[in-house]
Formats: sequence, C-alpha cells, structure tokens
Amino acid sequence: MNAAAFYDVDGTLVSTNVVHNYAYYAMNVPSLTDKVTRTASLLASIPFYLVADKIGRKFFNDLFYKNYAGIGEDRLYVLGQEMFDTWIRAKMYPDMLDLIRRSRAEGYQQVLLSGALDVIVRPMADFLGVDAWAANRLEIVDGKATGRLLPPVYAGPEKANFVRTYAAKNGLDLSLCRAYADSGSDIPMLSMVGRPVAVNPDTQLLSTARAHDWPVLNV
Amino acid sequence: MARPQPSITRDGNIEFIDAKSGPRLIHHGTRFREVILPRGTRVIHPNQPMEPLGNPKAAIRYALQHPEEMDPLFAQLRPGMKLSIAIDDISLPLPPMVLPDLRETILTEILKLCGDYGVDDIHIIVATALHRRMTGPEIRRMVGKKIYDGYYPDRLYNFDAEDPDGMVELGVTDHGERVRISRRCVESDLTIYVNLNLVPMDGGHKSVTIGLADYLSLKSHHNPHVMHRCHSYMDPRPEKSKLAKITDRMGKIVDANMKVFHIETALNNNMYGGPMSFLGKPEYQWSDLDRAKFQGMRALLEKIPEAARRKVFEQVPAPFGLTGVFAGKTEPVHKKTLEKVNAQYAVPVKGQADVVLCGVPFISPYNVNSILNPILVQVMALGYLFNMYRGLPLLKKGGVLIISHPCTEDFNRDHHPSYVEFYQRILDYGTNSYDLERFEESFAHNPEYIQMYRKGNAYHGVHPFYMWYWGDAGRAHVGRVIIVGNENERAPKRLGFETAKNFEIAFDMAKDFLGNQNPDISYLHIPPISIPDVEA
Repeated sequence: MNAAAFYDVDGTLVSTNVVHNYAYYAMNVPSLTDKVTRTASLLASIPFYLVADKIGRKFFNDLFYKNYAGIGEDRLYVLGQEMFDTWIRAKMYPDMLDLIRRSRAEGYQQVLLSGALDVIVRPMADFLGVDAWAANRLEIVDGKATGRLLPPVYAGPEKANFVRTYAAKNGLDLSLCRAYADSGSDIPMLSMVGRPVAVNPDTQLLSTARAHDWPVLNV
Repeated sequence: MARPQPSITRDGNIEFIDAKSGPRLIHHGTRFREVILPRGTRVIHPNQPMEPLGNPKAAIRYALQHPEEMDPLFAQLRPGMKLSIAIDDISLPLPPMVLPDLRETILTEILKLCGDYGVDDIHIIVATALHRRMTGPEIRRMVGKKIYDGYYPDRLYNFDAEDPDGMVELGVTDHGERVRISRRCVESDLTIYVNLNLVPMDGGHKSVTIGLADYLSLKSHHNPHVMHRCHSYMDPRPEKSKLAKITDRMGKIVDANMKVFHIETALNNNMYGGPMSFLGKPEYQWSDLDRAKFQGMRALLEKIPEAARRKVFEQVPAPFGLTGVFAGKTEPVHKKTLEKVNAQYAVPVKGQADVVLCGVPFISPYNVNSILNPILVQVMALGYLFNMYRGLPLLKKGGVLIISHPCTEDFNRDHHPSYVEFYQRILDYGTNSYDLERFEESFAHNPEYIQMYRKGNAYHGVHPFYMWYWGDAGRAHVGRVIIVGNENERAPKRLGFETAKNFEIAFDMAKDFLGNQNPDISYLHIPPISIPDVEA
C-alpha cells in the first residue's frame, strides 16, 4: 500500500486537549507558589483562550504556549511521559485504537500529526508504534522553555504542508491517503488527502464534512 | 383522477385496459402519479390480504409446543443453559408493522417459557448481518417496552459482524464456502431464530447463515458469479437460485454444529392501514371517498418537502396479519412457511411481456427511516421489482422495464456513507459488476466504514456492492430500463438507465427499442406486493 493515514491527536485520538496538558504541568511544578499562580492564571484565562481559538489556531498557539515559559526541559520530558502513562493513555478512544489496528492491517503507514507538544506526543507515538509523528516543539534556552514554539508550528495550513511534504518524500499517493481530525482548523490537512474523515467534528468541520460527503465518526 | 371503469376483460387479479379504463395510480417514491395505460395493457393486481389467524398468541404457543421434527421448546429448556434468540432486523416487514410487532409477541411467549423453566442466561440479538445497527428507539418499538427495559443494551443488542472476538468459523463447505457465525449463538446450548417472512426469499437457511454471518462468510454467495445464476430471488428452490443452493449447503454445516430452533411467521399483504387503506385495493374498487382521499393525499404530498413526505409514510405502520406460524427444524418449517407465503403473493399469469411498467415505492429493505438513494433505486428496479416472479420472468429477455421514481442524488450520510463513494467514484468504471468487484475488498476493509457500521448506524462498507450485484440478474436480462419522472439527469445515467419525461414518451421509446409498435405491456401494480407466477 502506497499510502498513509494521518491522525490529528487532541480530540481525535484522545479526549484531552492542549489546555488539559498544560494544566497537568501547572499542577506539577515543584514550587507551591508557582503551582498556585500557574493554575489560577490558567483557569482565569480559559475564556480568552476560547476566543483566541475562534480567531485562529496559530493565534491561540502564540498566546497559549507562553504559559510554558520557565518550565525546565527535563521536567517537560519527565512529566510528558508521566502524563501519558497516568492519564492520557486512559483517555484514548478505544474505537480509534481499533481503527488504527485495522488501518495498519490494510497496509497504511500510521502518522501522528499534532499541535500538541512533542514531549506529550512522543510517548503516545511509542505506545502506538506509529511509523512517523510530528508535533510542536518549545524553544529551550538555558534548559528552560521560553514559551515560544519553534517553526514549523503545526496548525492549519502547516499541517497540510507536512502531509504534502511527507507524501512526496515517501512516494505516497495522496489520493489514497487518509486523514482524521476533529477541528475546523484541520480542514486544510483533511483536504490534502483523498480520504478525509471527520472525527467528533466541531460545527465548522461537520458542516464541511457534510458538504463534501466526508465520513463522520463519533467515537 | 377520473373514475376508473371496471374493465370488461378482467379476470381475477388480471385486468386489461380498454377504452373505458381511466388512469391508474403508480407509486413514484414518496409521491403518486397517474398513468394512462395503452389499450390492451395487462394490469397485474395483488391478491387481497388473506384472513389472519384469529388468535396469534395461541397460534404461537401451539407452534412452540408442536414443532416440526424437534422436541417442543419447553422440553429443550433447562436451568443454567445458555440461550440466544436472534430476531430479524428493521428490514422486515415493510413498512414496519402496527404494534405490537410480532417479534414482541413471540419473544414474550418465549421469555415466559424461559422464566418457567429457570433459563436466565438469555441474549436477544438483532440479526443485522451487514445492515445498519438499529437505534435504541427502533429496537424498543420492535420488542416492546418491557423486554427493552429488561434486556437492552447488555442482553439485547445488534449483531456485530466486525467484532474481532465475536465470530466463530463453524466449517467450510465442500465448495469452499466459509461458514462464520456469531460466537454467542454458536456457543449457546440453543439458538432460537425468529423470522418475519414477508416474501419467499425471507427465512430458511438464509436466516442464520446470512443474518448472523460476517463478510468472509457472505462473500461466498454475495458476488456477481452467484447472482448471475439466480433465476428469481422469489423462487428459492436450489435448482432456480444458486444463492439458495449455497445457503442450503452452509445451513447443513450450521445444523451439524449448532442447535437451532427456527420460528417462521407468514404475514399477509395488508400493508396499508388507516387513512391509506384504500391503496390496498384496485382503483376500480375505490369508493368516491377513496378517490377523494387519494386526490387529497396526492395534493398534500406534492406540496410538502421530501423529508415531510417520508414522515407521512413512516407515520402509517402496516396492519399486517399473521397467517401462519411454524417452529422447529429449519427446512420443514420453511417448507410450510413458503406454502403460506406463496398462497398470499403468487398471482397466476399467462405469458411474458415485452414491456413491464412498475412504480418504485417509498420504501425498500434498506431505507427504513431513511432515504431511497440512487443505488437503492437501482436495486429496487433490477433486484426486487424485476425479480418479482416465479416460473418465467414477467419480462421477456431483452424487454423494456419502465419504472417511475424521481431518482435524486440524495443520500443519508449516516446510514449509507459508503454508498456515496460507490456512487461517485466506483460507477465511473461502468455498471458491470465483474468490473466493479475488484474494488469490493477496499470498501469491506475500510476502517472508517467499519467504525461507522460498528458504532454508528451505517450499513457496512461493502453493502453498496451487494446492492449492485443484487441487480445483476435483472441487468443481464433486461434490454433497457427507462425511468419516468426523474428529477436529476445524472443519477439515471450513472445507473445505466434511460429517462423519459412522461409515460407516453417512455412507451414510445420502448416501442422504438423493441422495433415493435404493438408490444405486450404489463403493469405490475405494486405495492402491496404480488409475485406473478408466470407460465409461457
């Protein structure tokens, strides 16, 4: 099979999202003051993040990932693995795990493509045994996160670009490839492949999926 | 509608149109049309509904206690045993019947016996095969609130042919057909299958070997090679139908490995109730009130949107009556059921026709509470309506089939997602099943279609292929299909049909195609269903 299946992660394979992930970090920073400050700040900012996400995923990312400023690199990795083992793994959709199993049996390469952080996606990629994965990376200076994302920032059109580049590099036929995502911001990525699938779609994606006869999964 | 005059040349169910005959109604999806038939057209009307049994519950109890070639059901029950009860899904009967649904009545009797004999480990499985899962409310309607509340969802559920641990291979026939059946049923001490038999193709060995089977099993017979060798789906004798021959072979493996207590029920053809009851009678028997009702209904249906029209029909369940109930071993039970079913539906007809006209109604086995999409229009025309015969086909080889339906490109995306892809992509490769078959596996194993089948309410990914194969025997036999009243030009073309704006043009096209200005025309006036028993 000369094709791959590309999966968005948050909301598609797992019921958690980037805000949940950061909350885990916020509640597990070593200093009690820092813990309280970060958690309270996150809670207070949630309405702003909702608005920011409506404006655009890139805008949201630029704003949201500033929260990570000051967290140590080693802590990001250790907590990323711990978060997956103790929390995210249990939040993965069993139906999507079954779908991945069947897709792999059909000969599709399995590729995760996420706007979440690499430290969180890596344990999931290892667990699933996927062929490739890509996720956002925080800029690290002097062992600490600056709160900025390193380019390329995977959101919207950049995800589509990844799919295009990956397919070209691996000699894949895009018309045979599949992509799975839950958000209207992923429409560019879904539009790249011959077999796009909306999973738990938001209103914007649902409306696009219906208009183009894309299959809709509710898992 | 002018008052149709009784024709002087009417004989039983056969009426010949003469100069005094008025127009006849014809089904047109969720609407009706009137057709002025050419003089001499033979109209084949269904039989009137057979008298139903006066006391269905007593008849069911009698059948359970006096089964064919098996011990009475009570004698097969013992405390601690594992019992599975499989029931037909929403594809039967059509339309859904008035409450209580016969399945509820039968299940109630069975469960009462189970209670008396201490049988607790009971699973009730809706035998969907690769059909869509029924929703909770649909199942509740079918089995009644009491059973639903007591068993759903843990012990009353839809069959899942894609459950990785849910299937068992019972064996392989000497022709290489794999018999793979629901694990729960195979591992039960007793499986009871409850059939609703509307037409002769329902029931018998098809019930377990299809209703509780998976793709690997179904592909043994649901393929073009077998479908081309079925001479009427309504005549399930092995010498007439390769499908029946194969399911009989597979059924013998089932019988050797499972204990199946089969219950079959024959229904009459009383499919229109309440305000629509007049539709069950020939037009010449209509009263003035019936004619007024027809005109009112026709006008209403023209004015409201398609979704509302479907609702109108869905609101009127069919008052089907039970004409026979038989229980026991599959083959003798089915033999008795077929006698009853044929008595209701078979209409003796002398001679084939050059042209057959038929309306495609609002419903098929695959669009209950849903949309009759173009693929289903195809299967209704070439799979079901063409095959409504015993003996010889009603239509001569190479003849013209004229159907009436709007044939729009509407699909229910939740019920028929793979149909959309089949229609948009696969039909680019033509209409020959042998050419299309190569794409079957990719649909059958498509992960999202499987997911939508297992967890949503979608027909299995492979199902549109089956619908296409189902039309194969008709496609090979019919010279031309003309659809009248289509509201979309593209859909009929993709199906391989020609189009006509009205019936007059369609008849002229048929004459030109046949090179015969005076062809024998038959109008198969259904529903209600009839099955012409055609002699040369």
